[in-house]
Amino acid sequence: MRLTNLLAGALTLGLAGAAFAQDEPTKVGFVYVGPIGDGGWTFQHNEGRLALEEEFGDRVETIYQESVPEGADAERVITQMALQGADIIFTTSFGYMDATNNVAEKFPNVMFEHATGYKRDHPNVSTYDARFYEGRAVIGTIAGHMTETNKIGYIASFPIPEVIQGINSSYMHAAKVNPDVEMVVTWVYTWFDPAKEADAARAMIDQGVDVILQHTDSTAPQAAAAEANENGGRVFTFGQASDMAAFKPVPRIASIIDDWSPYYIKRVGALMDGTYEQTASWGGMPEGEVVIGEITDAVPAEVKAEAEAMIAAITAGEYHPFTGPIMKQDGTVFLAEGEVATDGQLATMDFYVQGIEGEIPN
Amino acid sequence: MIALERRPTPSRVWAWASPLVAVALTLVAGGVMFAALGTDPLEAMRTIFWDPLFGEFAFYFRGQLLVKAGPLILIAVGLALGFRAGIWNIGAEGQYIVGALCGAAAGLAFYPAETRLIFPLMVVCGALGGFLWAMIPALLRIRFGTNEILVSLMLVYVAENLLASAAVSWLRNPDAVGFPGSRNLSRWDAASNPELIAGTGAHWGVVAALIAVVFAHILLTRHLMGFHIKLTGAAPRAAAFAGVRPARLVVFCLGLAGALAGMAGLFEVTGPAGQISIDFASGYGFTAIIVAFLGRLNPVGILLAGLLMALTYVGGDAAATNLGLPSAAISAFQGMLLFFLLAVDVLTNFRLRVKRREPRVPQPAPEAAE
Repeated sequence: MRLTNLLAGALTLGLAGAAFAQDEPTKVGFVYVGPIGDGGWTFQHNEGRLALEEEFGDRVETIYQESVPEGADAERVITQMALQGADIIFTTSFGYMDATNNVAEKFPNVMFEHATGYKRDHPNVSTYDARFYEGRAVIGTIAGHMTETNKIGYIASFPIPEVIQGINSSYMHAAKVNPDVEMVVTWVYTWFDPAKEADAARAMIDQGVDVILQHTDSTAPQAAAAEANENGGRVFTFGQASDMAAFKPVPRIASIIDDWSPYYIKRVGALMDGTYEQTASWGGMPEGEVVIGEITDAVPAEVKAEAEAMIAAITAGEYHPFTGPIMKQDGTVFLAEGEVATDGQLATMDFYVQGIEGEIPN
Repeated sequence: MIALERRPTPSRVWAWASPLVAVALTLVAGGVMFAALGTDPLEAMRTIFWDPLFGEFAFYFRGQLLVKAGPLILIAVGLALGFRAGIWNIGAEGQYIVGALCGAAAGLAFYPAETRLIFPLMVVCGALGGFLWAMIPALLRIRFGTNEILVSLMLVYVAENLLASAAVSWLRNPDAVGFPGSRNLSRWDAASNPELIAGTGAHWGVVAALIAVVFAHILLTRHLMGFHIKLTGAAPRAAAFAGVRPARLVVFCLGLAGALAGMAGLFEVTGPAGQISIDFASGYGFTAIIVAFLGRLNPVGILLAGLLMALTYVGGDAAATNLGLPSAAISAFQGMLLFFLLAVDVLTNFRLRVKRREPRVPQPAPEAAE
């Protein structure tokens, strides 16, 4: 291991010269977990890459690889990008965390940006994430108004804080406008598996769920809802990660869009003009990283107006979706009246708020 | 017209020539596909097959070839023994996962002890885990006559769910504030499976793969069990007369393949992968089936086939990044290899004959014939 480091160190010395030569475009690498055609998570990261090319033109050169498995393969792919002269590499899935840090140790002159993780073991590793729970507050509000069966379904991927924040935020805001609302959570243990997501959606519809939220990346739940509607159902969904506009105006009545372009342009720009620093970024609606897609006419005008007012308040920094009083599921106090959750509390969230039935699998 | 005619005995020439012809056909068809995608096929082939071995960064990629080939060879050797005897273990992926889980769990039970005895214990537990997982289809087949293809394959999906539950709950790193994934085993000296010689990529799993190749070769050429395996595959009835006990053979072949797959999983989780994570399983168990057939179910052949397969992965990744090829194109390219191999393999048992069109005897209902 130590010898490897020496070897890699020697190597980076050689490469460093090349990387900082003038006139050379800044080389930006992207490692994607899914196919760029997934219509969700990876698609949006790739849109960010394209926005980068548009912004900087000839001054950047981007490379990417899609469908990279998390684990040993990721480490090889990241290393390969670093060897081939990438100046900054964005690794866009949680599972790349250790691989990103391992490679960063061997290439101290290459900058690494890891999405949704928390490990910054070396000075050249930054992390970035988006406050998706802000978007959840808005669609939770719409869902609370739209449900007639008072059953809202949530297709959840993995029981990690980011997902739990989304469930809590959606439920609290749905319950605020509709106290009778009930949350049906299904864990599918995948980020992208159209078959599983569709099964989960169909099972929920059979149980009487009429509004479905998802924290998975495929459009399969939208298709399942569309199918139910063709057979006389009344089911609504929300686009996730990407706009999923193909399912407008119903079942998709709004969407949470991840827009990574502002962050990518900011970071690569900073690297070019020499102001780049290690960060742990967590942007949301104010930064333009979380965007609510078109709210369709299937939503009554007053509900739409209420949702838009909430978007404006969050964007202006006047409203935080996790503002007390909030009780945990077990009845203990999470936030007192008027208290706002800290980022630390959010980043370690491992409980449901009061009113959600069931347990988080553990 | 061209007809296929069964050979009286399988052709020895074609048995060895067909992988080479299959590789050649894959190159041609893959080249056409790459060209259709707007990539220079020669450049694509150079990136995939030449650069990882002799290019600018070969010093790194050569090691990665061993990292990738190690588990493939280790699993494929075990599978090949069963395949030769007509025992179809399709679930090596599940045995690989369960081996990794058992080994990692055994090691983590002692965290944070610092004794190098932990690693050998983990290897034993990994092999045991894979063995026991393979015993499920083995015992079901012996006791109830179930089909081991279906049972072993279905158990892969069970194993994947075990893996997910381990990553998010019972093996989760307690210091990771709710995030999934176990502790990083490769960063814990007592449990890590490091590179043995820096820069070579060779870890204990690669060593184990080489030992398995030698062991399987000796077993097949010098040992009575090897004879029984080959005999059962070639002539099951004759094997029964020769005193082969089918139940013992099923347990041996599935058990050995399971143990080797379990060890491969353990070496992977303590080395290159580093931790139990939701996406730890990366398809080695399935790819190893291709490797076993590409290597003619022969241990030495498997060694070469494993390295070739690793090359298509490492080179394929490089081509995807550098030439902007979609990852699906690389997968299709790898799939072509198996496709052409199976197609060309027909020539081992059949020969092509160009026949004269025979005069047709008038049929009573000619419309139906068309």
